[in-house]
Amino acid sequence: MSLRPLPRWADLVLLPVLNLVLALLVSAIVVVAAGQSPAAALQALLVGSFGSWDSVGFTLFYATDMAFAGLAVAIAFKCGLFNIGAEGQAALGGLGLALVMLWLDASLPAGIVVPLAILAGAGFGAAWGAVPGWLQARRGSHVVITTIMFNFIAASLMVYLLVNVLIEPGNMAPETRRFAVGLSPLSDFGFPGRSPVNLALPLALVAALAVWVLVWRTPWGYGLRVVGSNPDAADYAGIDQGRRIVAAMAISGALAAGIAVNQILGSQDKLILNFTGGAGFTGIAVALMGRNHPVGVLLAALLFGALAQGGAELAFEMPELPRETVLVVQGLVILFTGALGGLLRAPLARLFAARA
Amino acid sequence: MEALLDTIAPILAATLRVATPLILAALAGLFAERSGVVDVGLEGKMLAGAFAAAATATVTGSVWYGLGAAIGAASLLALLHAFACVTLRGNQVVSGMAINVLAAGLTATLALAWFRQGGQTPALPADARFPALPLPGAEWIAEIPLLGRLLVTVIGGHTAPVYIAFALVPVAAFLLWRTRFGLRLRACGENPAAVDSAGISVAKLRYAGVLIAGVLCGMAGATISTAQGAAFSTDMTAGRGFIALAALIVAKWRPWPVLWTCLAFGLLDALAIRLQGVPVFGVTVPVQAMQAVPYVLTVVLLAGFVGRAIPPRAAGVPYVKER
Repeated sequence: MSLRPLPRWADLVLLPVLNLVLALLVSAIVVVAAGQSPAAALQALLVGSFGSWDSVGFTLFYATDMAFAGLAVAIAFKCGLFNIGAEGQAALGGLGLALVMLWLDASLPAGIVVPLAILAGAGFGAAWGAVPGWLQARRGSHVVITTIMFNFIAASLMVYLLVNVLIEPGNMAPETRRFAVGLSPLSDFGFPGRSPVNLALPLALVAALAVWVLVWRTPWGYGLRVVGSNPDAADYAGIDQGRRIVAAMAISGALAAGIAVNQILGSQDKLILNFTGGAGFTGIAVALMGRNHPVGVLLAALLFGALAQGGAELAFEMPELPRETVLVVQGLVILFTGALGGLLRAPLARLFAARA
Repeated sequence: MEALLDTIAPILAATLRVATPLILAALAGLFAERSGVVDVGLEGKMLAGAFAAAATATVTGSVWYGLGAAIGAASLLALLHAFACVTLRGNQVVSGMAINVLAAGLTATLALAWFRQGGQTPALPADARFPALPLPGAEWIAEIPLLGRLLVTVIGGHTAPVYIAFALVPVAAFLLWRTRFGLRLRACGENPAAVDSAGISVAKLRYAGVLIAGVLCGMAGATISTAQGAAFSTDMTAGRGFIALAALIVAKWRPWPVLWTCLAFGLLDALAIRLQGVPVFGVTVPVQAMQAVPYVLTVVLLAGFVGRAIPPRAAGVPYVKER
């Protein structure tokens, strides 16, 4: 089985595109099984996600969530860790930034309190990620299971706090009071249409650049990748694996908190339950599809942002298909790019080998 | 005394009911992970089973056809998992998560498209659900002083899946620890190279482990939608697959401890519902705190702070045959 590796372009472009096409084809079968026309569904999906400035704005808004989630999963992957906990880390991030906003939003100018809140959110997310990292590094418990459990613990904690402690007095719904300030929507800067896309989007782009510099352009990041791809070599080179693992999980958690920045500071202006909408899990698909590289993650984030927005429009245009239909596409993408990655890779490699 | 027993009995009866899908799903995880394949897709397979059972029972009017369909649907997903993990040697956690997402999307889409009731299946009539079975000799047992009535309330009047689940625990224990198949399956999870060098196919055994997990998950799903409930609704498993995973870890991958752990988690759940806002010894325990106990316990045990849960050594590692 010592096939030659695929050419770079095939590995980075052709394979993800083929996997996406395969996922869409299988989804089309599901749509047919649901008694609907796949062509009409695809059209509704495309028009719903890119058909007007409003929908483009919404697509970019969701893509911001996906970018943060994808970067979070990707940087952990680079260190050989599978962080399934972005969902919980984002929730805790929302808690962190909401606490700062509730405490200081009336007494400090927006230019100070908003960055402070973002830092607090990142800090809470980082802590919620660092603990599973520490447990893996020092106590040997697997980060996959621990982060799954931390998601549920976070969910219980958030329900408790919002129902009993942080709820606005007199409000029936479990949510905090509105914050006085938030992140400005991009429409303030001339972005056309009406949509919640906000300053968290450029923040996500900056985060992607920062991840690229950190992981690919610094000695520290080199060490991180060594730990991820060859732990024995890392030991031999005197790299402290434990510290890299804890740090990678902390950064991952801080990035996941970006979902909270986008949703809570950028759109909701108050802390609510389940604001992540599953973006933390979608981050797995984004990172897999984006090959754990910031550029790939951003492109995949756009795709999944479009799916999230298009899915909502799809449910509206074709009432026979629920919003969850896009989960089928998403699950299949995870399956084909992640677990069944060998399905297309081997035949493709043979094809290229025969041509060469 | 009588009054106390009358308070406790329904809670214990509820415990058995709540624990049933957990036991089935945790046993599912036991077979998969003992064979060396990590299974975080219990949730998705249960969900697929729950939908298949309710949909089939609605259409055919037979709860047993429903159970069969649930086992079929969950086994198909298990087959996919085995193909990804064993044949293609893909990442087992990724495959499990993919199955969870896929099942959530598929069941919601098909439920809405086929039944047009906002993602639910129609409410099942009583004869298309698992009926409560009378306890044989209940009237004699009830005569036993003090404990008689307690026994009848707690262990009587459950549906067939409850009794099946409890009966499967000794079956699983026997199969895994007292048969050649079980020895080999467990060896695949600890040292697959040894199994291979004995001329036995690691791939076949792992397929078997994962498929048994599929069958059990299907039964767990059918229990939720056609024994506990009377219809399928979107995302109705509500994380029970992950609680089962937690139970499996707390039970350190052993069948009898799986039973005790699932019962303990079931009791917590039953208590959490009844103790909502009721002070115990002057303190009102938040429901959410009780709901979080299984997860916290799992983290603590995995980290080895109190005892230590060590997974099968080769679990999660694809086996590559030596050449």
